[in-house]
Amino acid sequence: MSSSADNNALLDMGQETHIKPYTMNFGPQHPAAHGVLRLVLELDGEVVERADPHIGLLHRGTEKLIEHKTYLQATPYFDRLDYVAPMNQEHAFALAVEKLLGIKAPPRAQYIRVLFSEMTRILNHLLNITTFALDVGAITPALWGFEEREKGMEFYDRVCGARLHANYFRPGGVRYDMPAGLAEDMFEWAEKSVAPVISDLDELLTENRIFKQRTVDIGIVTAAEAMDWGFSGPMIRASGLPWDLRKSQPYEVYDQMDFDIPVGKTGDCYARYLVRMEEMRQSLRIMKQAIEKLPVGPVMADDYKVAPPPRAEMKHSMEALIHHFKLYTEGYHVPAGETYAAVEAPKGEFGVYLVSDGSNKAHRCRIRAPGFSHLAALDFQSRGHLLADTVSIIGSMDIVFGEIDR
Amino acid sequence: MSDESLIDLAERVEEALEGAVLKHEILKGELVLHAGRDAVVDVLQFLRDDRECDFKVLIDVCGVDYPDRAERFEVVYQLLSLTQNNRVRVKVSTDENTPVPSVVSVFSSANWLERETWDMYGIYFSGHPDLRRILTDYGFEGHPLRKDFPLTGYVEVRWDDELKRVVYEPVKLTQDYRTFDFLSPWEGMTDVQLPGDEKATKPARGWIDSRAAAKEKKAS
Repeated sequence: MSSSADNNALLDMGQETHIKPYTMNFGPQHPAAHGVLRLVLELDGEVVERADPHIGLLHRGTEKLIEHKTYLQATPYFDRLDYVAPMNQEHAFALAVEKLLGIKAPPRAQYIRVLFSEMTRILNHLLNITTFALDVGAITPALWGFEEREKGMEFYDRVCGARLHANYFRPGGVRYDMPAGLAEDMFEWAEKSVAPVISDLDELLTENRIFKQRTVDIGIVTAAEAMDWGFSGPMIRASGLPWDLRKSQPYEVYDQMDFDIPVGKTGDCYARYLVRMEEMRQSLRIMKQAIEKLPVGPVMADDYKVAPPPRAEMKHSMEALIHHFKLYTEGYHVPAGETYAAVEAPKGEFGVYLVSDGSNKAHRCRIRAPGFSHLAALDFQSRGHLLADTVSIIGSMDIVFGEIDR
Repeated sequence: MSDESLIDLAERVEEALEGAVLKHEILKGELVLHAGRDAVVDVLQFLRDDRECDFKVLIDVCGVDYPDRAERFEVVYQLLSLTQNNRVRVKVSTDENTPVPSVVSVFSSANWLERETWDMYGIYFSGHPDLRRILTDYGFEGHPLRKDFPLTGYVEVRWDDELKRVVYEPVKLTQDYRTFDFLSPWEGMTDVQLPGDEKATKPARGWIDSRAAAKEKKAS
C-alpha cells in the first residue's frame, strides 16, 4: 500500500505509471462476439497485444455425421453450418455430388439456384452490415435491415417450406419447382422493397462520422497478407484483389449474367463494408436477370436413380414406387472418386472436398468454411489496436459460428 | 485449365524438385500431386513462388483416414492461384506416429488448419508454432474424425445441480445407436458371396465357398 504522499511524489516527478499487461476474457456470451466466440485478449492498458480466439463451442461434428449418412441425408447438415446463408452451402455440396455422379442440373434448376443464391447473399449482407453497425453504435440499420430479411425468408418459406433450413438444392437440381407468382413477387421485392432500404442504409452509414471513425483504417489487410492468410470473398476483394469465383470459375449460369465485382482499395473495415454494400446491388441485378431469363422445364435431373419420381407416377407405376423406396432408404451410390467443388458463398469461398468409396455414404466430406481462415487472421489484424477496434474487426469479418465450428 | 496444361504443370514441378513429387494424376479434371512427406514444404514453397505456378493461396488443409492402408492418413492441401486461375491438390500420406513437416512458414493460413487436422485426426505436424487442439472441448481425449472413433463419442456432459458444475460421464444411450444396412444385395454387396450365386464372379473380399465350407464342417 502506498500512501498519498508517495502518490503525490510520483505525480510530481511526471513519471509514467506502468500498468501490468493483463489478460481479459471476451465472450463466449457477449453480444459483440457474434455467437460463441471466446477471445482471450492480452492487453497493455487498452491496446491489444495478442488475441487468441478459442473456437469450437458450437462444434457438432458435422463432417463425422455426414460420413454416417446417405448423400440425401447429408444435405440438411449444410443448412446448419452458416445458418445465415443456407442455400449457398447446399449448392457446394450439390455441385460436388453432381460432379462425381456425372450429372447436371437442368437449366431451370440452374437459374433457380442462381436466383436464390443471390437473394441469400443479400440476406446475409443485410444481417452482417446491420449487426456490424450495431456493434459500432448504430441501432436503426438493424431495425430496417431485419424487416427486409424477414421478407426474404418468406420467399424461402414459399419455395421450400422452411424459413431457414431449406434443404432445397439437392444433387441433380432443386427439390420443388417455384410456386406460381413467386418469381413476380421476388422481382417486386428486389425492385421496390430492398433497393430503397439499401439506399437508406447507405445514407445512414456511408458518410456517418461515427461509423467512419470506428472503421476507417482499422484492421488493414494488404493484398499479400490476404492471400497469405487464405482470405476469400468480400475480405479479399476489400484488400484490392479482384477475385470472385462467379466470374473466374463460373458455375451454373453465372457466365450468362451481367454483373460487376466491387473491389476495395484500402483493405480496412470500411472497405469491407463498402464492398458488401455494392455486392448487394449487384446481386439485385443478377436476381432480376435470372427472373427475366427463367426458362420453363423440369427442375430435377431426369434420372430416377438419383431424383425421386413424381408422386403422381408412383400411384400407378410399380417401377416408380420401387425407385422411391430405394432412394429414401438405401439412397443412391456415388461412383468412387474424389473432387473439390467450391462456390462463392456470401462470406467467401465455401468448398466441399468429397471422397467417395462407391457406396451410398461419403467416405470423407471435408467442409472448407471461409470464416475459419478469416478468424484465424484476427490476431494479426487486431494487434496494436484498441479493444473497441477488435469489435469492429470481428464485425467486419462476417463471423458465423455455425460454419467455423462445423 | 485443360488436362494437358495441368500435366505440363505437374511435370514442371517434378523437374524442378527431383524426387519430391512421387506421382501426379488428373481426377475429374483436377490436378493431384502426391508429394514425399519430407518434401512437402519444398513442394508448397515451389508452387507458391514459381512464376508459372503462382499458387499464393492455401485454401484448405485436411486429413483423410483410410484404415486399410499401411500409412492410414492422408493430409490434403488445396492450393489456389489467383493469377493463373487454377487449383492444385497436394497429398501426403502418414501414420499415427510419423510427423508431417508443418507448412506454417510458407502459408500463415496453415496454422489453424493444421491445428484442426491434429485435433481431428491426431496427425502430428513437426515445427508447428502452436499445435493445440482447436475445435474439441478443453481436456478432450481422442481424435474424433478417425474411423475407429465411435459416432456417439465416449463422454457426455450435464449440469449437476448439487455440485454446481458441469460433470463429465460415460455416454449412456437410452436406445442403442442403430445403423441399418440398406445396401441392396444386387448392387451394394459386391464383396459378399450370396448363397446360390456361386457360379457368378468371385468377389474381391469375403469369399465364402459355402459348399467347401459345408464339406469342411462335415469332415471335422
